[in-house]
Amino acid sequence: MAGELEIIAPQSEQELSELVAGAMRKQTPLEIIGAGSRKGYGNPVAATSQVSTRAISGITLYEPAALTIVARAGTPLDEIREVLAAEGQHLPFEPADWSQLLANETRPTIGGTVATGISGPRRIQAGAVRDSLIGVRFVDGTGAITKNGGRVMKNVTGYDLVKLMCGSQGTLGILTEMSFKVLPMPRKTATLTLDGLDDKRAMEALSMALGSPFDITGAAHFAQSGDTIIRIEGFADSVAYRCNELTRLLAPFGPAEINDDPTVNQQLWQSVRDCTEFSGKPGAIWRISLKPSDGPKLVAGLRTKMPLEAIYDWGGGLVWLLVAEEGDCGAGAIRSAVAATGGHATLVRASDAMRSTIGVFQPEAAAVAAISSALRSRFDPAGILNPGRMYAPTNAMRKAG
Amino acid sequence: MAHVLMPEPDGRILGRRVEIIAALEAVAGPGNVISDPAETIAYECDALSAYHCPPLAVVLPRSTQEVADVLKTCLRLGVPVVPRGSGTSLAGGALPTADSIVIGVSRLNKVLETDFPNRFIRVQSGMTNLSVSQSVEAEGFFYAPDPSSQLACAIAGNIAMNSGGAHCLKYGVTTNNLMGVTLVTMDGEIVEIGGAHCDPAGYDLLGVICGSEGQFGIVTEAVLRILRKPEGARPILMGFDSNEVAGECVADIIKAGVLPVAMEFMDKPAIIACENFAHAGYPTDVEALLIVEVEGSPAEIAEQLAQIREVAQRHSPKVMRESESAMQSDLIWKGRKAAFGAMGQMADYMCMDGTIPTSQLPFVLKRMQEMSKEYGLGVANVFHAGDGNLHPLILYNANKPGDQEKCEAFGSDILKLCVEVGGCLTGEHGVGIEKRDLMTVQYNEADLEAQMRVKDVFDPAWLLNPAKVFPMAVSHSRRMRNSQGEAA
Repeated sequence: MAGELEIIAPQSEQELSELVAGAMRKQTPLEIIGAGSRKGYGNPVAATSQVSTRAISGITLYEPAALTIVARAGTPLDEIREVLAAEGQHLPFEPADWSQLLANETRPTIGGTVATGISGPRRIQAGAVRDSLIGVRFVDGTGAITKNGGRVMKNVTGYDLVKLMCGSQGTLGILTEMSFKVLPMPRKTATLTLDGLDDKRAMEALSMALGSPFDITGAAHFAQSGDTIIRIEGFADSVAYRCNELTRLLAPFGPAEINDDPTVNQQLWQSVRDCTEFSGKPGAIWRISLKPSDGPKLVAGLRTKMPLEAIYDWGGGLVWLLVAEEGDCGAGAIRSAVAATGGHATLVRASDAMRSTIGVFQPEAAAVAAISSALRSRFDPAGILNPGRMYAPTNAMRKAG
Repeated sequence: MAHVLMPEPDGRILGRRVEIIAALEAVAGPGNVISDPAETIAYECDALSAYHCPPLAVVLPRSTQEVADVLKTCLRLGVPVVPRGSGTSLAGGALPTADSIVIGVSRLNKVLETDFPNRFIRVQSGMTNLSVSQSVEAEGFFYAPDPSSQLACAIAGNIAMNSGGAHCLKYGVTTNNLMGVTLVTMDGEIVEIGGAHCDPAGYDLLGVICGSEGQFGIVTEAVLRILRKPEGARPILMGFDSNEVAGECVADIIKAGVLPVAMEFMDKPAIIACENFAHAGYPTDVEALLIVEVEGSPAEIAEQLAQIREVAQRHSPKVMRESESAMQSDLIWKGRKAAFGAMGQMADYMCMDGTIPTSQLPFVLKRMQEMSKEYGLGVANVFHAGDGNLHPLILYNANKPGDQEKCEAFGSDILKLCVEVGGCLTGEHGVGIEKRDLMTVQYNEADLEAQMRVKDVFDPAWLLNPAKVFPMAVSHSRRMRNSQGEAA
């Protein structure tokens, strides 16, 4: 396994480019990592070397008035958070930190955050990682240093490879630097809680809140406890006003409790973001993306087939499932039920062997898979970048000839 | 014309005109194919009307399957295809060549599904931008991207060019509001990408399709995010002694943590032109005007405007006027929205579309005035200040020999300046043919190669909207690879 491999950490983009070009000549598969905080996520990679971007680090530009920050891939996410917070700003997509979930002490880098493309609860209001990402530099599978996008938030100059790189997990290129549109941090946060709702009623309540003009920035539901939580952020008077209006609007779902304690709110939404509810519990963890109203029926159907716990985020558009880590971890039932809704299911946590056998990501439709495979063969013709991490490695290898 | 060159039409394609039209009629039905030169002339240009050329034929399919059949036929016959929404591109994105087939989506104009609980709408791509918002308006919802051509422009074109609008600072552009597409590729394959759920299982193909300028395929259906309308909105108008001070005020508003829904900036030439045209009550003795709009309930609006006033006071505005009624709001916006019309009354103009880091605003505006003197052509600026997307309007006289060329050269210099200060060539209009030859200013060979590789995947024969986006010389070998010959 990768853990035993020597980690090579190039000091610069140029050094990384030379390393990849050499690996391509020698057909040496590389496992690409940032700090390694998401080790255990994605399909295990059969590589002979591990390359880390951790030494290609540092914030290269930050202009608070332009809402723009540029940082090299190895920059710790914590450093970026701190620098932004000092100016009252933040990354809008609420980057997740799965170190607890994946039982890993390492702190995430910004490069890993973008490569995995995982967004937190604010996804529903402020968009995903890719929506904040406005420019990238990367080294492709031939060693070519490439840039796309830039440091301005409105840019339609040429194709948007920024989106393509985001979430491609190092399989199309190794990110070296990225620019983000940042936003002001809300001055005040409050959470409205409804209790005792079943999943279906909870989705109806969240849907009603999200369909209101009151600008919800978080909408989650814990199936076990029946708690349904709605986050309201902004200037103080506005938060108070919207809490009142929402309480009135949601009256058919029972009385609402409002909490605006900063610490409570911070911890609560961090736990939703990182799914900490499941982190201490044994079992396999699935993360399902689907049309919000499809969630309750899907979960109810799966409950008849296996014991499970469920947490809903994104107003129901994201469902976390905790199931027993045995057999196929429920993959057969989960994947076919999710596919019927048009969504997809990712096996976030399971043993290497399980992830290898089951496959972490939902297989794509044939026409889409053909495009993905062709893209990989163009950006990584020798199939050396994280082979197998997202897709079966054979495709890239075979097409490379 | 002909500052921007297009490839010479392929004589062998023109020679097979009758055969090609017959083949198209066989798959699309005769009623859906336009080949009479008296009619194809209606498709000879888009909103970059200085360039025009009627296509060999126009096909207006009535279904996704028909689009697939037509594309498959064009691939088999080796005929280039120019996709067309409503033809409102300012960049020449829908400009045909004489040997091309225009495929228009105007007959694909139905709403397929409206889902308020899940907040999306699925539409055929020929629907206009405004009609999408109108179809959900009764329930209090809207579709956020609002390009100024929204009355006419089609969703297909919005997706192709990743169109923006005045409210992007808060709501983002097309790509941030697009959830899924049905894409027909050149080989006639119908591919479903994305849908009513968030984020892809694999690569973000939706992200790279949006903004691909009709070079990857034809989008026939789209899933769009719809949002609940805010309770209200109100603008405040502020006038300053200099562009620098107005620029600083914009920066400070953002730093204060207020996120207005729009922040529009006008320089003196634009203020005067708009005021003379629309009588919006703009102060004409200021150098720069800001229109800042905030949204929410009356109390929320008051709270945000108070913050903005406080920030603005530090910059000693000469005028600061909060709208006190819907009528006043309309009047404030009327002037801004009349900008292009006002300029059109004064002269011919070309509208540029570069983006700059907002910190460079004062420098770029100053430099533009200097260039204006050097070229002897007037320039007026109205733009989205919050996101740095400039729209310099260069004034010229189309009837004066050499003026258009001078204007285009001035425009190029402005765009180069945008790139020089850390910005880009186009913020929301797209590259098309207009900025095609400037792409090397922003991107080097490796950068362009990476982009062209993506086109290789979607359209290996380079038949879809070829000779656009990339400089002719850069895309030459790829376009030649499968074509039977090109004289250019």
